[in-house]
Amino acid sequence: MHELSLCDDLLSQVVAIALQHQAQSVESITINIGALSGIEPSLVDTAFSLLKAGTVAELAELIIHNTPVIVSCPHCNTQSEVAANRLLCPECQSTDTTLISGDEMILASVALCIE
Amino acid sequence: MCNTCGCNITPGNRPFVLAEKPKRGVTTVSVLQNLLSQNNHQAEHNRSHFDAAKVLVINLMSSPGSGKTALLETTIKRLRESLKIAVIEGDLETENDALRIQAQGVPAYQITTGSACHLDAHLVHNALHHMAIDGLDLLFIENVGNLVCPASFDLGHHRNVVLLSVTEGDDKPAKYPVMFRAADLMLISKTDLLPYLDDFSPNNAKQHLHDLANNTPIIEFSAKNGSGLDEWITWLQAEIAAYRLLLDSQQTLRPKVQQDGQLLHAQPGHNKYYPVL
Repeated sequence: MHELSLCDDLLSQVVAIALQHQAQSVESITINIGALSGIEPSLVDTAFSLLKAGTVAELAELIIHNTPVIVSCPHCNTQSEVAANRLLCPECQSTDTTLISGDEMILASVALCIE
Repeated sequence: MCNTCGCNITPGNRPFVLAEKPKRGVTTVSVLQNLLSQNNHQAEHNRSHFDAAKVLVINLMSSPGSGKTALLETTIKRLRESLKIAVIEGDLETENDALRIQAQGVPAYQITTGSACHLDAHLVHNALHHMAIDGLDLLFIENVGNLVCPASFDLGHHRNVVLLSVTEGDDKPAKYPVMFRAADLMLISKTDLLPYLDDFSPNNAKQHLHDLANNTPIIEFSAKNGSGLDEWITWLQAEIAAYRLLLDSQQTLRPKVQQDGQLLHAQPGHNKYYPVL
């Protein structure tokens, strides 16, 4: 629901980075989005194609990495990929797990064209 | 094998070879910055305001109509003699909720978001320009009724309280894991209606929350008959006491779940821009 404003922030960050590196244009933008981020990747994609027009990222490709939901268990010393609504350790059913992947909404990298 | 026709590239080494040869003039810059970094920056600023005023801030979230305002009315009636309380109300339209809170004799500021489905740190900061927080003990932020978007936005608050009313399904925590994982306390509200509803089991709701590895306290509450009110007030008072102890040692309280926390903390210099090639 807030993917449009999120993309607005994303583009501000990208434009600032392009300016800082004196880039002519942005070739691609890579973002990592997890199922527990509350962000819907397909809506981000749509919002991005609307908002990029007229910016230095006008021709940029948006690459979205859907990161898996992974929990780490301190008792079993294991890391397991789990469903977004089942974050217990699948081995010992402990609730002491730590989410180590799956809640990201991160601008990972930007590929810039610098002549 | 030569480097001319491309026969040195095999399915095995293709990713490495291609990654090592960036296109002429293209530089990849690693960023690793949260997409909501502007909001998060403002949230930290808000939190420092709150901490300077020593006011515990609670973000109340739930579906529309699950009893957030009724919870606040009951809470204020009980605590207004002993604590200084204020409320920030978030709704798409109307000032109805702020008027209900003001009728209880405490300050309330209404944020009308228009069409925005959640509060963000900037909206809360603007609200702080319209209300005095010095001398307050407790500030409630009643978020827009919505089980999706509000969970993604740090407002600078200290605790998340999520309501689940018995007129909703008891599987809401399984359907909205982002929201319920973020809960520092879950309140099952409108429990006075349980005798009339045969399809809501508080135990099922608790099990679904447990499945999210969330061991947070759960209170069954009714604003109508007052059940669970003592337990809720005890939780609030304990949180205020814990918060003040942290402030005494120059620390603050944060909601238990911090998005991106693991990843960002594992990456030193995450907010610096540096070329990777």
